[in-house]
Amino acid sequence: MRKKYLVIIYSISIFVFFVLYLSLGKNKVYTTQDNIGKKIAEVQLNYFDIDGEFNTKEISNFKFTLLNFWASWCGPCRKEHKYLVELSKNSNLKIVGVNFKDEKKNALKFLNEMGNPFSILTKDPEGKKSVNFGIYGIPETILINNELKILKKYVGPINSKDVKEIEKIINK
Amino acid sequence: MLSNFGITVSIISLLLTTSILYLSYYDLKSSGNNVSKKIYKFAFFQIVFTFLGFITLIVAYVISDFSLINVYENSHTTKPLFYKISGTWGNHEGSLLLWINILVLFSFLFLILNKNKNKNFKLYTLIFQNLLISAFLIFLLTNSNPFSLLYPIPTEGMGLNPILQDPALAIHPPLLYIGFVGSSIYFSIALAALISKVDSKSLALTIKPWVSVSWTFQTLGILVGSIWAYYELGWGGFWFWDPVENSSLMPWFLMTALLHSVLVLERRIGLYSWVIILSILTFTMSVVGTFLVRSGILNSVHTFANDPSRGLFILSFLALMVFSSIFIFFKYAPDDNKNYKIFSKESFILANNWFMIFFLAVVLIGTLYPVFLDTLTGQKISVGPPYYNFILAPFLLPLLFLMTLGPKHKWISSDMIGIFNIALFISVILFIIIFLSIKDSSILMLLILLFSTYLITQTIFDFYEKFKNKNINLSRIISHFGFGMLIFSISLNQIYSVEKSFNARIGDEKNFQNYTIKFNNLETFSKNNFKSVKGYFEIIDNKNTTSQNLTPEIRVYNQPEIITYEASINTRFFSDTYLTMSNISNSDIFNIKFQKKPFMNFIWFSVLLISIGGILQFLRFEKKI
Repeated sequence: MRKKYLVIIYSISIFVFFVLYLSLGKNKVYTTQDNIGKKIAEVQLNYFDIDGEFNTKEISNFKFTLLNFWASWCGPCRKEHKYLVELSKNSNLKIVGVNFKDEKKNALKFLNEMGNPFSILTKDPEGKKSVNFGIYGIPETILINNELKILKKYVGPINSKDVKEIEKIINK
Repeated sequence: MLSNFGITVSIISLLLTTSILYLSYYDLKSSGNNVSKKIYKFAFFQIVFTFLGFITLIVAYVISDFSLINVYENSHTTKPLFYKISGTWGNHEGSLLLWINILVLFSFLFLILNKNKNKNFKLYTLIFQNLLISAFLIFLLTNSNPFSLLYPIPTEGMGLNPILQDPALAIHPPLLYIGFVGSSIYFSIALAALISKVDSKSLALTIKPWVSVSWTFQTLGILVGSIWAYYELGWGGFWFWDPVENSSLMPWFLMTALLHSVLVLERRIGLYSWVIILSILTFTMSVVGTFLVRSGILNSVHTFANDPSRGLFILSFLALMVFSSIFIFFKYAPDDNKNYKIFSKESFILANNWFMIFFLAVVLIGTLYPVFLDTLTGQKISVGPPYYNFILAPFLLPLLFLMTLGPKHKWISSDMIGIFNIALFISVILFIIIFLSIKDSSILMLLILLFSTYLITQTIFDFYEKFKNKNINLSRIISHFGFGMLIFSISLNQIYSVEKSFNARIGDEKNFQNYTIKFNNLETFSKNNFKSVKGYFEIIDNKNTTSQNLTPEIRVYNQPEIITYEASINTRFFSDTYLTMSNISNSDIFNIKFQKKPFMNFIWFSVLLISIGGILQFLRFEKKI
């Protein structure tokens, strides 16, 4: 009887130690870069100023889509905005904006001042839906193709180098 | 110079430790009833040299000797003396040295305080304890040497993380270490008792004082850590179920279980194996906690630098420790026989153990599950307060109830004691008064309030009764009263807390509920090692038209460059007002978080009461001897 218990307890302990051993080699820094190559999550986002919802499945209707998370209170968003406006002129690309934890009047003021690069504008006032895309701060930008596959993911404001990279991909 | 001296002293400690192992092993075979005098001498030199090593490191910190990597990485010349000293154990290597000092201290104390015990029992305990000491000394010397040299010698150090420059945090590690490293001694005692076949009563009497001491320090250590998190981290809570907090709580559950089951073992033989298992588990869980914290496999506020080789060493040591103690247990454990009835004190004390083991399991799963899931499936999740609150809270009800009634039962007897008494009557009336003043709350919360009120009133009655009969066991009464108060205060704290966060500029005024918050002014100033932005706020309570001024700060430290958010807390007897502010980059807007935290003082005080119970139990025991 004792022997049986001993074997069971030893086996469990060995398993636990083995897993802990494996976990030592793992990278503990949280990143969402491993989402690249995967399909974008299917999420319903409310439109910014009209009733109804935008389903991320609809992205398959466009050749390339840039999903951009922004807010009027976010300094770095202000910095990257001119690049978004520049990219919006490219006909191969639709830019879908997700207005993140923002107040409507501030967001509208922001767009009036800085220009509106978004073909489709949605909102996530509580920041809960953005979690599905692995967003943990803004701005973040995700480039998706018509198979709903994530091609690129930019954490933080995009810059001129990123714009070139995006243009290279969508103009192929 | 200090580097060489420190390393030499540590090597001598290791040599002395191995000598003690060797001498103890040979003394086992010798005739005679006393432990050889030589061992006492070696143990004395062991503690002197180990302590000397620790003093050397402290001196290096005090004189800012940056030829030591450890001092260079964690200190700075402009740091106040107090934090230079506490910086010694504010990092992995230094705290490992403190850890070894406590192992040695407990080994030495055990040896000199148990002169009349069975010789082989003492020798085996020394052997196990010194095996632990030598393993940690080897770890220190080969992997985590606090005395490692740095050349060329820098003129200035990198500084101590400013959030660690806090009086509460200076004493938090030593307290906690005496708690969970102290549990090593009953780990060793338990294994030694098995091998040398010590009877239940002497086992109980031998480990009881060590359990009380380590439990008391563990409780105090957790309390101080919790107070620090409340004041320094600016999250406005006292417990976050952070994996590292959990690592200190898990051994605490086991120590609490042990503290109770030892009482049974002292009188009856039924729990011999169980007490042994608990003793082994407590220290094992302490090392598991150390592994989780030091290996960097968990993300938490306790940021010890991530180093897999360190983790591997602790993990190998842990595996060796676990496998050999399981083996020893199965080889030597006797068969237990139970001889007590259901409604006896024994059963209630055992019930405590079941609860503690359940709590332990819940916290252990919550802490390890994300690690396992990530390793096995690559999925990243985090387990937070909702899990713990949901699972643990309902079980507080039966626990509180048993804590109220259990101690009233007699040993071995089988009569159930009536639950309808004056204490219950009074607590129901008190509860109704509280209930009427609460606007909305869950049924569970209300029941917890009722049961904790019952525990509080019943312990007060017990105190009165015992006081009359002059047969008073204050330790249990104070600890249980403290626990009742703790749960009671936490419940009211949860119900009455107010929290509001908003953005504001200077001159803004916010109104909500009964409060008006005015952002009056902003001032910047420089201090020796940081620059600060201080906000001046006035908080007006419109209900009783009182106002208080709060001044949260944002500090930018220069060595190392770190921003900290200093909460401004106004503590009143019944309630704390808590304000933090953080800047929003590229704007003149600040994010303000206002919190009203009732009964915080009561929460701290209750935990203090709980630990005072431990001290009293220790003193009572000393008097008996």
